[in-house]
Amino acid sequence: MLEVAGITQIFGGVTALEDVSFVAKKGDITGVIGPNGAGKTTLFNIVSGIYKQTSGSVHLEGKQVTGLPPERLARLGMVRTFQNIELFGSMTVMENVMVGMHTKSSSGILACSFLMPWSIGEERRIRDGAMKWLDFVGITGEADVTAGNLPFGKGRLLEIARALAVEPRLILMDEPAAGLNSQETLALASLIQRIRALGITVVLVEHDMELVMDICDRIVVLNLGRKLAEGTPREIQENPEVIAAYLGEG
Amino acid sequence: MKKELLKFLVFLVIVMAAPLAFKGGYLLNVLVFVGINTMLAIALNLLLGYAGQISLGHAGFFGLGAYLSGIMTATYGWNPWLVMPLAALIVGILAFMIGFPVLKLKGHYLAMATLGLGIIIYIVFNETVDLTGGPSGLSGIPNLTIAGTTFDTDLKNYYLIWSFTSVIVFLAVNLARSRVGRALRAIHDSEVAAQVLGVNARIIKIQIFALSAAISSLAGSLYAHTMTFISPASFGFNFSVELLTMVVIGGLGSIYGSFFGAVLLTLLPEFLREAQDYDIVIYGALLMAMVMFMPGGLVRGIPALFNRFIKPAGKGNGHA
Repeated sequence: MLEVAGITQIFGGVTALEDVSFVAKKGDITGVIGPNGAGKTTLFNIVSGIYKQTSGSVHLEGKQVTGLPPERLARLGMVRTFQNIELFGSMTVMENVMVGMHTKSSSGILACSFLMPWSIGEERRIRDGAMKWLDFVGITGEADVTAGNLPFGKGRLLEIARALAVEPRLILMDEPAAGLNSQETLALASLIQRIRALGITVVLVEHDMELVMDICDRIVVLNLGRKLAEGTPREIQENPEVIAAYLGEG
Repeated sequence: MKKELLKFLVFLVIVMAAPLAFKGGYLLNVLVFVGINTMLAIALNLLLGYAGQISLGHAGFFGLGAYLSGIMTATYGWNPWLVMPLAALIVGILAFMIGFPVLKLKGHYLAMATLGLGIIIYIVFNETVDLTGGPSGLSGIPNLTIAGTTFDTDLKNYYLIWSFTSVIVFLAVNLARSRVGRALRAIHDSEVAAQVLGVNARIIKIQIFALSAAISSLAGSLYAHTMTFISPASFGFNFSVELLTMVVIGGLGSIYGSFFGAVLLTLLPEFLREAQDYDIVIYGALLMAMVMFMPGGLVRGIPALFNRFIKPAGKGNGHA
């Protein structure tokens, strides 16, 4: 599904990532973990087209997508969420998800201004679709709330609903459990599994070890910008190098 | 949907009935300009209030429409109804091309670039004397005619201009509530999140810049034909600031807010005749006061005041 090969990123002399490669298989939940400063978020920003890497390539479903801007990647079926949720704060919860349907609709400036019949039909379809995703994550009750006023946990769910509205085949989640309490984290784990059940491949960066070990099929460990290990949760837990990196030895 | 239609009908009734209250007085003439300014404020609001991109050069686009119409009709004798859409198209395309490099800029840099653009256009109006008449202006622009009726009185012009303005209001309200309007607001709130969801922020910003310029050009053409005389002074930096003030005072991201902003800022000078030289100071003070005390503009600030002071205490349920 997603093949990342030989990614190197140098920020003004500082090597943030060095020759990082991994593969996320279709239908899997793949976790990317590592201590602070390991380069996890940088890797995500490169894969999602926000940064341009110094070298290396990204393939999505066998297609070369290296360096494509995020809006192109969205149309190719890849979407991401952010560690500090990036909601459209002045818009309602419903409208936030409706923006997620942008690539699934096409009425332009003129059709929308002149209320062309097809644009009215499309608007109805967008609204229904958005409602479906609000229901999927369980926040239909907040549909008309201004997104900026949502509590953090619900904001997180909204961001996921909005990403799902793009109908991606691959979703990248940057620390989805950050800022959530233990109950919300449990609910998130089951939500991620329900997302996988829809046939969507999930790649997540996460600090919450319990969550990662529970739900991931495969785990990639980064440390100081390099890939330290890759394997099943059990293999990772038993890997002496990983243990050393996390305990700060060596 | 129904609520929006009702709002628009109320707006229409107010607009159509307003001349009855003024019975051909001098104020009727001012109300013609309120209509033109409403169009301009809406055009700028689509860019500034929705997409969150500032322009300090909109008076320039307004002027381009006015001069294109003025020169082609007065000097070359073309049909005004032909020139008007043509001018809007040309100005729109021009803005589209300028938008490619300029809209890559953000914040202060975008403000400076559009400021420069406005000043360049202003200088062109002043310096191309053979074409524009230079600082002394261009006269002899014909009034518009429809089926033998010439729009040469304030009352006729009022209904002409406000017909255009009403159509612009209707279209802008529709646009604002559509997927395009949502994409614009999304870019305003978080450009990176909008892009990740598949919104092509770069193109959509350029499109709305071009649309905004084209509407401004249309307003300019109408201005030229109602005034029959134009000079560069009407299209300078001061007027760009005035437009900005209308948008902010009315309410960023509210189409009807732009209408209220245009009404207030166009009528205000008429009541401040004695203070004429200080008008820019008064605009500045108003702008500061609004940003400090009513950042949402009149359309949001007045209902908020109402809820706070006039509604019986204890009944409010606390939400902002």
